[in-house]
Amino acid sequence: MLRRALRLRLGPCLSGRGLGTYRGGSTLDWDGKVSKIKKKIQSIFPGRAWSPLYDTSHLPPERSDVVIVGGGVLGLSVAYWLKRLEKQQGAIQVLVVERDHTYARASTVLSVGGIRQQFSLPENVQLSLFSAEFLRNINEYLAVVDDPPLDLQFNPSGYLLLASEEGAAIMERNVKIQRQEGAKVCLMSPEQLQKKFPWINTEGVALASYGLENEGWFDPWCLLQGLRRKLQSMGVLFCQGEVTRFISSSSHMETASGEQVTLKRIHEVHVKMDHSQEFQPVECAIVVNAAGAWSGQIAELAGVGTGPPGTMQGTKLPVEPRKRYVYLWHCPQGPGLEAPLVADPSGAYFRREGLGNNYLGSCSPTEEEEPDPGNLEVDYDFFQEKVWPRLAQRVPAFETLKVRSAWAGYYDYNTFDQNGVVGPHPLVINMYFATGFSGHGLQQAPAVGRAVAEMMLEGHFQTINLSPFLFGRFYFGEKAQEHCIL
Amino acid sequence: MAAPRASLRLVAPVWHRGTSGIRGLSKAVDPEGSQRKGRTLLQFLTDRFYDVEAVREYLLRKQVLKVQKKNRSFTYIEERYGPYVAGAYFVLKQGGAVKFRDREWMRANEQGLSSLEFRKLQEVPVEAVDASGCAINYQGLDNLLALKELQSLSLRRCPHVDDWCLGRLYHLADSLQELSLAGCPRISERGLACLHHLQNLRRLDISDLPAVSNPGLTQILMEEMLPHCEVLGADWAQGLKMGPEEQSPDAPSAPPHQAGSRPGCAERPTAHPSGSVGLTQLRGSGWAEGRRA
Repeated sequence: MLRRALRLRLGPCLSGRGLGTYRGGSTLDWDGKVSKIKKKIQSIFPGRAWSPLYDTSHLPPERSDVVIVGGGVLGLSVAYWLKRLEKQQGAIQVLVVERDHTYARASTVLSVGGIRQQFSLPENVQLSLFSAEFLRNINEYLAVVDDPPLDLQFNPSGYLLLASEEGAAIMERNVKIQRQEGAKVCLMSPEQLQKKFPWINTEGVALASYGLENEGWFDPWCLLQGLRRKLQSMGVLFCQGEVTRFISSSSHMETASGEQVTLKRIHEVHVKMDHSQEFQPVECAIVVNAAGAWSGQIAELAGVGTGPPGTMQGTKLPVEPRKRYVYLWHCPQGPGLEAPLVADPSGAYFRREGLGNNYLGSCSPTEEEEPDPGNLEVDYDFFQEKVWPRLAQRVPAFETLKVRSAWAGYYDYNTFDQNGVVGPHPLVINMYFATGFSGHGLQQAPAVGRAVAEMMLEGHFQTINLSPFLFGRFYFGEKAQEHCIL
Repeated sequence: MAAPRASLRLVAPVWHRGTSGIRGLSKAVDPEGSQRKGRTLLQFLTDRFYDVEAVREYLLRKQVLKVQKKNRSFTYIEERYGPYVAGAYFVLKQGGAVKFRDREWMRANEQGLSSLEFRKLQEVPVEAVDASGCAINYQGLDNLLALKELQSLSLRRCPHVDDWCLGRLYHLADSLQELSLAGCPRISERGLACLHHLQNLRRLDISDLPAVSNPGLTQILMEEMLPHCEVLGADWAQGLKMGPEEQSPDAPSAPPHQAGSRPGCAERPTAHPSGSVGLTQLRGSGWAEGRRA
């Protein structure tokens, strides 16, 4: 306390002024004075922000064991599993730093909210299966005494992926892998498809895979708020601010083969407040980079990728924001209640939304037509030229439709292999990644959170082995390519 | 600064600086349900003391574990007597009733379930299960889905059957002809959407589902989805017939419009096709609002 009083680096402080002196004030503001005195007295009680010189209640704490950069579903999931798997209650202090409490540009809340097990990598299937189990039992995992149970609005309608002639063999192989991991997927021929969903035009479709259980879509905002509520009850601190700087120390070491290597360790995170130059240096032991589309910037701040290219030091985190549109339209004669989330071989997909014949859908643009990720403006011409023709060709009822609204969101796109990055960085030894999931982060968030928490607490993955997703693969060039990306 | 080690430790009501705390957040999750003006003493104590909160969390956890224990799978019985007997034992233990083929309905009596009968019933398939009011959940449904010749399933008023469970019923698609979900508090139209697998279904009862947002519209969509099935549920035309008679207690704020609108209202049901009539009933609580809209 004494040290704090003597610290010279102070923000705007009122040490020079006593209570009750106002600039040019001729009126004696008694109510204001009394409330100020009351606030000061209250802040002395245990649990409050005691700061003798000025009000710091809006700032994050001065030290925290773990700082999680990014308050989206992945960051909150890591925080949840850290608090759940800690050996003693209250052992680990966690601080979640989120730049925007309204989540206006966060990928979590702008997502279509689907969950599927139809991936090509067994690790992805396992992650989705555990996440489905988490969502199914969400009121046991995220139960808070006295608070109402969560309703995720889950639609168990499944995903229907269609494949053309070229993709049929790959689809069969993928389905075999998915079944081995325990996913319930069935393969359908074009005739069976026509019989089951008469509104589909099966021209050009050689094979279809239909997820029967644990697949569908849900409300991501509800999951996010449920996690926040539970974390608040578990004692995790939330802070609204932006991470602007990392203070770290380096140590030069030599490997067994005589190479020089520089290991870095982050000591402090500078969290800057909104609309002000005020910042708080937070001393921390571990930093988790769960900043989603902006993880690349955070990694650069920590010094990842600053070095000669071709070395581990020079390997950047290849995660960048990519803009994706989602359109909502109304089609009076469209598919009924039984419609799953249908994904065309050309990349266009759609799903039913509600009971009023409304549908959501979009298409991922090719590399050449990637829109500029500087803003979240929607391009309706993209729908006219790219999305609508493909959808109308697949579902003839969609020839008459009316677009009601649209929005855009970011994918935290991993340009290397479109799969997530988890685990510690080999050189910045206390920075852990949980990002880069390129459009399937929401559906894998609970499982990834658990894996990262296990990595932090035990040092290795215990339940699901995500070694193919470590950072080292960018340097060694080992792609863990995911083929089924929507 | 170490907190004093007392048996009741004070918890600061403000969890962290910046937002209004848990109460403020739960409003975001469930805005309608958190009008807790009269908070009970227990809730106040839970906010203030860690120990009270821990005890309540323990009791909550115990309740959840109780339901899970009821839904465990009886692997010994399944290995010994086969899937039909295991499923029947599960239902009888929960308090339901089971009907084997060519036999009467069986219910658990006070003496319990004797194993002598089961030895004779090893190869006899189960045709009907009445699990009304039982605490069956997603895990427990495993036992029922093994009954491959099940023709009639009744899950009335089951408190733990939700949309996820309905997503598993496709296993019984070949044989199931009658399904009743009336009164289940957790089932919504999203779960009902995955009943399209049950193409052999002839009778479906979806009445009195509180979580379904639009009962009339849902019934229409279910009838379209399952053309060979008779769907019993919310009678979407019921509200319309009762409309003019119910006008005075329901809409006391609009007496001047009643006299003028009543003669016109009687013609409305015949003039419009089924879809919009259902929507009109759903849109307003009384005829006055329906016409104004």
